[in-house]
Amino acid sequence: MKHIDAAGHTRGESQYVDDMPQPVGMLHAAVFTSPVAHGRIISLNLEEAVRCDGVITVLSAKDIPGENQIGALIPDELLLAEHEVHFVGEPVALVLAKSYEQAHRAVAKIQVEIDELPVVTDPRQAFESGAIIGPARTFALGDVDTAWQECAVVVDGQCEIGGQEHLYLETQRCRAIPLEDGVLRLYSSTQSPYAVQKAAARVLGVAHHKIEVDVKRLGGGFGGKEDQATAWSCLTALAAHCTGKAVELVLPRHQDMICTGKRHPYSADFRIGLNQAGKILAYDVKHYQNAGAAADLSPAVLERTLFHSTNAYFIPNVRIFGASCRTNLPPNTAFRGFGGPQGMFVIESAIAKAAEKMNKPREQIQRLNLLRDGDTFPYGQHLDDVRAERTWDEAAQSFDLNKIKQATKTYNDDHFESKKGYAVMPICFGISFTATFLNQAGALVHVYTDGSVSVSTGGIEMGQGLVTNIARIAARAFGISEKRIKVESTNTTRVANMSPSAASATTDLNGHATILAAGQITDRLKSFAANELGLTDKSRLTIVHEKLLDGNRETGWDWQKLVQTAYLNRIDLSAHGFYATPGVWFDKQKEKGNPFAYHVYGAAVFEVTLDCLRGTYEIDSAKIVHDLGRPINKLVDIGQVEGGLAQGLGWMTLEELSFDEQGRFLSNSLASYKVPDAYFMPDDLQVKFLQNVDNPAGPYGAKAVGEPPLMYGIGVFFAIRAAMRAFRPDSDLTFDAPMTPERVLLGLHEQEREVLVTKI
Amino acid sequence: MPAETTFILNHDTISTTESPGTLVLDYLRRKQKLVGTKEGCKEGDCGACVVLVGELTGASVSYKPVTSCLMPLGELHGKHLVTIEALRLDQLTPVQQAIVDEGGSQCGFCTPGIVMSLTGYLLQPAGGLDDAGIKYALGGNLCRCTGYGSLKRAGGQILQEVDAGSAGSGQDRVSNLIAQQVVPDYFSQIPARLRSIPPIQRGNGAAQSAYIIAGGTDLYVQRGGEIPYTEVEILNRRQELRGISVEGEHVRVGALTTFEEFAQNTDIQKIIPRIGEYMMRNASWQIRNRATLGGNIVNASPIGDMTALLLALDTTLTLEDGLKKRNVALRSFFKGYKQLDKTPAEVLTEIMFSVPDSGTRVHFEKVSKRKTLDIASVNSAIRIKTASGKIVRADLSFGGVAPIPLFMQNTCDFLAGKQIEMKTVLAAIDVAHSESAPISDIRGSADYKRLLVRQLLIAHFTTLFPDQLTVKDFYETH
Repeated sequence: MKHIDAAGHTRGESQYVDDMPQPVGMLHAAVFTSPVAHGRIISLNLEEAVRCDGVITVLSAKDIPGENQIGALIPDELLLAEHEVHFVGEPVALVLAKSYEQAHRAVAKIQVEIDELPVVTDPRQAFESGAIIGPARTFALGDVDTAWQECAVVVDGQCEIGGQEHLYLETQRCRAIPLEDGVLRLYSSTQSPYAVQKAAARVLGVAHHKIEVDVKRLGGGFGGKEDQATAWSCLTALAAHCTGKAVELVLPRHQDMICTGKRHPYSADFRIGLNQAGKILAYDVKHYQNAGAAADLSPAVLERTLFHSTNAYFIPNVRIFGASCRTNLPPNTAFRGFGGPQGMFVIESAIAKAAEKMNKPREQIQRLNLLRDGDTFPYGQHLDDVRAERTWDEAAQSFDLNKIKQATKTYNDDHFESKKGYAVMPICFGISFTATFLNQAGALVHVYTDGSVSVSTGGIEMGQGLVTNIARIAARAFGISEKRIKVESTNTTRVANMSPSAASATTDLNGHATILAAGQITDRLKSFAANELGLTDKSRLTIVHEKLLDGNRETGWDWQKLVQTAYLNRIDLSAHGFYATPGVWFDKQKEKGNPFAYHVYGAAVFEVTLDCLRGTYEIDSAKIVHDLGRPINKLVDIGQVEGGLAQGLGWMTLEELSFDEQGRFLSNSLASYKVPDAYFMPDDLQVKFLQNVDNPAGPYGAKAVGEPPLMYGIGVFFAIRAAMRAFRPDSDLTFDAPMTPERVLLGLHEQEREVLVTKI
Repeated sequence: MPAETTFILNHDTISTTESPGTLVLDYLRRKQKLVGTKEGCKEGDCGACVVLVGELTGASVSYKPVTSCLMPLGELHGKHLVTIEALRLDQLTPVQQAIVDEGGSQCGFCTPGIVMSLTGYLLQPAGGLDDAGIKYALGGNLCRCTGYGSLKRAGGQILQEVDAGSAGSGQDRVSNLIAQQVVPDYFSQIPARLRSIPPIQRGNGAAQSAYIIAGGTDLYVQRGGEIPYTEVEILNRRQELRGISVEGEHVRVGALTTFEEFAQNTDIQKIIPRIGEYMMRNASWQIRNRATLGGNIVNASPIGDMTALLLALDTTLTLEDGLKKRNVALRSFFKGYKQLDKTPAEVLTEIMFSVPDSGTRVHFEKVSKRKTLDIASVNSAIRIKTASGKIVRADLSFGGVAPIPLFMQNTCDFLAGKQIEMKTVLAAIDVAHSESAPISDIRGSADYKRLLVRQLLIAHFTTLFPDQLTVKDFYETH
């Protein structure tokens, strides 16, 4: 099934927030933000801005009628700064003007005097001074401290992992429309309508039901609009509340990049111990997460780092420590993978370093330690139906890993300044929100008398194909054509208290809720039809291809007749379905539990070619075997795998966040922050799905697909590293990501560089 | 009251007195309420705002995809502006259908721009279609969702479904694409309609204007917020400033010649055989259709790619202020960071360099974070004349190692008369380091750039003289 919105997308007909016709008299908002990363506000002068052409008013913290607070997990984030600022780009004031241009011209006239305070950008420095957010956490299994004695090889190391800008093509935006009786309708580009609703109500000091949030679609989210959309929506709501006018706020790209949080940079220490055969016996890791200036979702992101710190490997003795460290960067936030990628990067680095020391191929150690049925994760969950070895072996076989190995060696023997490298990257990713209470979803389904169906869920369409998946699931649940299904915008008045669209679980949760809602309606229809047809056993009735069957026998009733007759007989054709993932729980006191409904597995093989003279590289191929369970929609799923991979490759190579010591974000435009383009991605890109596999926990046997493929991208770091080592086998390369051409060249030419430096 | 700008917007003829410096993207979305064209970055990097601009060339109209976020409205006079709204035919066009079929659209925000780029590729005035061309067309469009796999597959379907190559060129080709419902029927009347638009009077001249706009691809990135509110001189209204001619020993290039026109010119391809390859690294097709050689020089970025190349070619510039005309060597044009030997009234009109003789080779090197469409960390060009193993004359430039695009006079002086051997290159590296002073910035650390000076010098010599020097030589002696 094709993406439901695709035709509209290609014709430019699909509407995003600021594409909707503007209400008469709508105002435009522009945000004034802090130019410094830490300081006390001495004075804020708005007078000149207020006098600018077209300006209606300029709002600051004192105009907030409710509570000046938007922190979701921990209340530590103001909507508008009051006495202090904590990061460059922190909102301070909001200009409202008749036009977008006027609003932005007036922002430039705002003056703020700030007494600057010391700036911290390094998470280790923050940790040492005790600036952590939430408690530090430790997961443990076995006894690490005694296990070292049994190890034949122990290696230590450190990783510096860069963050990542989401670069959703549609920047943050919201339009607020005042309705009667003090109600505001917010058209927000958010992954989390309920978070926006709650926060806006808090800021305005009104009940949740006074705020209606409606979301048709997002021009990309990737986690960047899970919590980070809230501030901009609240500002827009505040503006509409204060002026009584419709207001729209659209962040220019540059401002979006400067003001919004990103994937967390991490600094980590690892120690790994193995026996002579390469079996990992012990692993000790410390993660220092650079959380930025406010909690945002950082503690939850950190938790997932801990969950995925052993990736797809079983290690009997493990200690995983993590702390969210408060710095003066914008509050870092969710990004596809949600802390998992950083955890995986460190264990992969540890294995690489051990392999180098033991002079074994890295993939030999990886393969030897893959998870198996009966193993236990450090967080206590027992494993069954593990597909780590199966996906690895299928990848090794179908992509002929041995041949790749041989061809790489031959090429490297034959070439001097050009070297090839390859790497295998297995993944294991847990599906469910790790905060158990979030694993709930609602769906509201109406059947109209012509047989057409309307479905509302709490899930957000952000390109991942949710709407397409829901339509397919609903059609299957009813036994009718997909053409009859319309999936509505996501609206807090139709589905309440929704969890964010995140954790790869949106189709799982909302799909299940849709099935349950449809089930209630079909159950009523069947009871009614059984009665009308004089059948005693309604359970024999099914709807197949829009026909009502009694066992295999046609009843002569089709969907249309069934619905119309039921309506005339006053049968309820609407239902609300509610789903709560069964069996998931986690005890934070013991740091043990069963947090995930299931895990997604896969393995990827990468080949790269390195230009050792210039330090540049090409990704020759990326080949993946991925476990999808029973796919709901292969076209959508392949898109998720390839797209996730592209982001993972970008994170590991080109995408470099650059902050100076004053906390200013330097790579703040697309001219300086580079993401993969059509040339960067390998033309040889193959994705295979495991065949004949099921997943009883997923809707119709499907597995979630949103996040896991991103982590395949980690493999390319090690492929490039392998090629570097082919050129300089003796060099001591770091585990710092991303592997930019600069890092490559400086790594390859440490000696030449030193010569040059000494000559200066 | 500014002069009216008259153009055809999709089907309709429009006359507007909007400020000529207004961005086409803003005009479309805010004035015309044509919101199918998206704003993604407003600096020409993402391509969500790509539109087609059709221009009369002889009897037909040639269409090019450009980023509407960097184009002044005033430049549209007498042209055909095509937006995604023009492609809402009764059925999906073959381009749209292919994207739908292959799942080439996820969040959809980049999709209109991609449809315009691919449609623009089919509308190229001549030539066949292939996979490489699809990638070429997609080069200026970022998609954060798909990873491009499905878009490349959509490209494959387009190549199967659409027959553009065999239909000849010019208006025949347009007719053929109308028949295949790639573009609407009314495209057939556009040449006649454009001819009926009278030419616009010239602007106020450079002296009276706050901004002089050539391609605008960097100026709008820097000053996009101000330009619409100022008097502007739109140089692209002066057609005489475009074009390339070879007169005997001299190549004369109009200052408004675009990167793409320069790279596609057969004379230039003879003189600089790898120009196409070099150009791919410098900018996307959508930007190459706008960026001008003259703009690259006057913009005076220390890492201007074409400027580096032209420095090595010993280029002479012609400057005119409406009254008088003078020539200045490009090598003495840059006086300091963004400081030029140019009065505010002067406009760069022509770029001239000599045709290299048979003993002379030209090469360009560039290293950037992303290989395509990225700004250089360091770039470098060399023109080198040799005779019997000796360097007769070398002209070497480096970008990204000084406040100006740097002509390395001392290194050139050193190289003259030397043998082509490793010793020469190693010594030249020292000289090059002594006359450059890179700083750490967003394009790389000073250490990295200094190392790149070494690496790119080695790259020049090992690329141009593979029989005398290999990269390996430089590592075995260490």
